[in-house]
Amino acid sequence: MSASPVVGVLALQGAFELHRQVLEGLGARVQLVRRGDQLDDIDRLVLPGGESTTMSMLAERGGLIEPLADFVRSGRPVLGTCAGAILLSAQVLDGRADQRCLGAIDLVTRRNAFGRQVDSFTIDLTIDGLGGAMFPAVCIRAPVIESVGDGVEVLARIDGRPAMARQDAIMVTIFHPELAGDARVHEWFLDS
Amino acid sequence: MLKGGVIMDVVTPEQARVAEDAGACAVMALERVPADIRVDGGVARMSDPEMIQGIQETVTIPVMAKARIGHFVEAQILEALGVDYVDESEVLSPADEAHHIDKWAFTVPFVCGATNLGEALRRVAEGACMIRSKGEAGTGNIVEAVRHLRSITGDIRRLTQADPAEQFEWAKRLGAPLPLVQEVARTGELPVPLFCAGGIATPADAALAMQLGAQAVFVGSGIFKSDEPAPRAKAIVEATTNFEDPHILAKVSRGLGTPMTGIGMDDLDLKLADRGW
Repeated sequence: MSASPVVGVLALQGAFELHRQVLEGLGARVQLVRRGDQLDDIDRLVLPGGESTTMSMLAERGGLIEPLADFVRSGRPVLGTCAGAILLSAQVLDGRADQRCLGAIDLVTRRNAFGRQVDSFTIDLTIDGLGGAMFPAVCIRAPVIESVGDGVEVLARIDGRPAMARQDAIMVTIFHPELAGDARVHEWFLDS
Repeated sequence: MLKGGVIMDVVTPEQARVAEDAGACAVMALERVPADIRVDGGVARMSDPEMIQGIQETVTIPVMAKARIGHFVEAQILEALGVDYVDESEVLSPADEAHHIDKWAFTVPFVCGATNLGEALRRVAEGACMIRSKGEAGTGNIVEAVRHLRSITGDIRRLTQADPAEQFEWAKRLGAPLPLVQEVARTGELPVPLFCAGGIATPADAALAMQLGAQAVFVGSGIFKSDEPAPRAKAIVEATTNFEDPHILAKVSRGLGTPMTGIGMDDLDLKLADRGW
């Protein structure tokens, strides 16, 4: 077994290619995940941003919901960004009635809560536990985290509301760390 | 965040719902699909804001709308409506035969068509955030999309082999700004995402575009001009995700009914892809 971990990146739709580039830049081996059996051989998993309704539908049609739920229950580290955070949450508001959530982290998300594409923005964040300078958080039609359960640690906030959170091995961001030109969040995830 | 997804042309809120239910990552709101614009002739303009808003209220995924080439006031109106992206599109009648919109003047992101690398880089220089290969809209014929995608990706590959002196000549020949040419030579990709449009009618067409290097696909007339739009839309979404898996492509391509009839390039009176400068 090689020392570098194999990181799965869910590749149904969205920003999976950029996550792959950042992770490979850090020396990780990356497996794009489009089928359930591809989850068997990976040590960690990234759920990228994209359109959460599209991803949920494709996961359901491809029989991926149960394998993904099994993976997040296994205790292996998972990073969900933007739409990936929605997919990991316990509940999503303003979603579609048939939209699936994995319930991997005890928080409630609300889709597109900052507005439309033109309301996208970048803001420098202080992230608890992340050393060095502030982190440029790129928010594109980002969700907000409406509420978090007792076991959830909030790591960063935007306008007082959680923008990054962690519960056990599950970490979520409402922003796109793969667009930051700063690999520290991915580095942290690989070290976790 | 449209990568790996399908953007579908829709002309009514009902069609927008079908598109969202099928898994589209965005919809393009317009009054007539390109196939009908071809038949009807006349001047094709920006859609009625009421119709665009009706679609915005119906779906939760991003909504795009088209402005005429060079018609920056149509773009201002679309931005005011809060559309998520503006497509400065050759499918509509051009408003300016020399100038495209100065897209840096807007907050809303723009997508623009291109038939070759020079055209793509000129649009990027003007502020486009995404490029789509033009293909030939409203034909249901993938041949032009393949030509344009191959032209763009082939020239990118060749450009990466050019030495610094040759890059000056490339910039002159492409009619594109030197810094962008140098950037492409260094990175081996466009500075913005490359999508494919114009002629996609089947799941196999969508997968072909993806295997040729597109990062997402636009499907216009191909869905709602077919016999059974809902299953076809769904199949094209699944084909775009699983574009490298022939077994899944075979499965999703089954029993979709008749695709749009389509037009051969020799029978074409009007080539929309020639619009744009």
